[in-house]
Amino acid sequence: MSVRSRIFVAMQQIAKEQKVTLPPLDDELSLHETGFDSLAFAILVARLEDDLGVDPFTISEDGTFPSTIGEFVRAYENVPA
Amino acid sequence: MFPREICALRDYLGPEPRGRTLSDVRDKASLTGLSSFGSLAGPVRKMSGRSVLIATSRQLLAALAMIELDGVARRMLLCPPDLEPDRLPVLLDNAEIDTIVTDRPMHGFDTRKYLVVSVGLPAERAAAPSVSEQATEWLMLTSGTSGLPKIVRHTFDGLAGAIIAEGAARHPNATWATFYDIRRYGGLQIFLRAVIGGGSLLLSESGESLAEHVARLRAGGVTHISGTPSHWRKLLMSGAAHGFSPRYVRLSGEIADQAVLDGLAKMFPQASIGHAYASTEAGVGFSVDDGREGFPACLIGQNREGVEMKLVDGSLRIRSLRTARAYVGVAAPPLVDADGFVDTGDMVELRSDRYHFVGRRGGIINIGGLKVHPEEIETTINRHVAVRMSRARARKSPITGSIVVADIVLADGTPADRQETIRSEILAGCKAMLAAHKVPAVIRFVERLDVTAAGKLARADA
Repeated sequence: MSVRSRIFVAMQQIAKEQKVTLPPLDDELSLHETGFDSLAFAILVARLEDDLGVDPFTISEDGTFPSTIGEFVRAYENVPA
Repeated sequence: MFPREICALRDYLGPEPRGRTLSDVRDKASLTGLSSFGSLAGPVRKMSGRSVLIATSRQLLAALAMIELDGVARRMLLCPPDLEPDRLPVLLDNAEIDTIVTDRPMHGFDTRKYLVVSVGLPAERAAAPSVSEQATEWLMLTSGTSGLPKIVRHTFDGLAGAIIAEGAARHPNATWATFYDIRRYGGLQIFLRAVIGGGSLLLSESGESLAEHVARLRAGGVTHISGTPSHWRKLLMSGAAHGFSPRYVRLSGEIADQAVLDGLAKMFPQASIGHAYASTEAGVGFSVDDGREGFPACLIGQNREGVEMKLVDGSLRIRSLRTARAYVGVAAPPLVDADGFVDTGDMVELRSDRYHFVGRRGGIINIGGLKVHPEEIETTINRHVAVRMSRARARKSPITGSIVVADIVLADGTPADRQETIRSEILAGCKAMLAAHKVPAVIRFVERLDVTAAGKLARADA
């Protein structure tokens, strides 16, 4: 499964747990529009770290957080191996 | 003016007809008529007024030394088995120790600085039995995991306060045991209960497997036993308790949640089960025998058997003659507040007519500004029938600072393919009971959770 699909599966799982209705996920969707609050994103980042072995936001030096789904996925795809 | 009557440990060792014993894995010492025997090398007289470290390899020898020294020495410091040796010199200076009682080789100690006295199994003594001549100070170490342990000063009267208040004969003919080491507060209480209440005591042995320990408890006819909820959870999950049927089961030292109380009630249907609140500094506050977690709200604000409790900012404060008297040492901080109350740092919360312990003040996890005690989450997780033990802890998050994750030990024999269902059930249970930020973000199933030497769930984050 690609990084992108693993992220989407994790998001759907959290949406189910948090009783959030996710809109269709595409690159242009802003993270704000997902309906996730900061706790839901914190859970997502923690689970993805367990699944993918990396937390790109803790290791990133510029400290910026993505604003769209596309940027969020790329943050994981672009982590140097 | 008449001298105050001094009551010491030895005064509870009468010449009963019945054989009372103190035993460990190797030896059994008779408590009956012990006054005409001695365990310390040389006359007890020479220990008069001395400040003694009891540093033995075995609890049995420490117990014998305590019996002999109480009422004779100025003070005795109980050295727990897990004390790091490099901590010792500072502690000895702070406690003004001049004598060391040990069964270990003496070369470890400076014999110019200390009188070193060896201790062994009781041998018949030629000299007359010693009499209690002074109220010996009992010094114990706090069990904090970081930094230098604090030295806490108790009196025998204070240590025995809860036992005497209950009525020394409340548990007649008891054979006591404890998972604790008796050189720690929780274990010392059981040692004193056995001696004061006219019973026997079977000591734990470090390194012994749970199955071997329980076999000894059974063979030794143990009727009364105490430990921390972590000790008990380990026993419940081991399956080793089969055939062991104590009459009295006691929990202390950690929060006794409903799951562990129910688990014990099921495993020991004929036993009375009590949980006590006690700490090295605050002494024994109270015990609860109704099988329910928490304690009746009416205990706060009243003076019951000389124990007063109040709440300040949600944390429990206790004033009584059972609390420690002071911290000992250079620049030791005050032990009590301006009104004489010990601040326990244990946080409680009122739910209908009972207070429930929710955790330690210092253990709060901060999730994006919202707070939670890990114990509150564990209590909720432990309600699931397949869970034996759990630990909630903080994990760093780039988004909320921290999030909560939970490590869970499942009951033996839980099939691996049930794990995902159980995970969902636990999460659903947490969601139903807890605010969203308190629900674990990640649940990990683990083989085991560590317990500290003091019998408490190890909380140092991995």
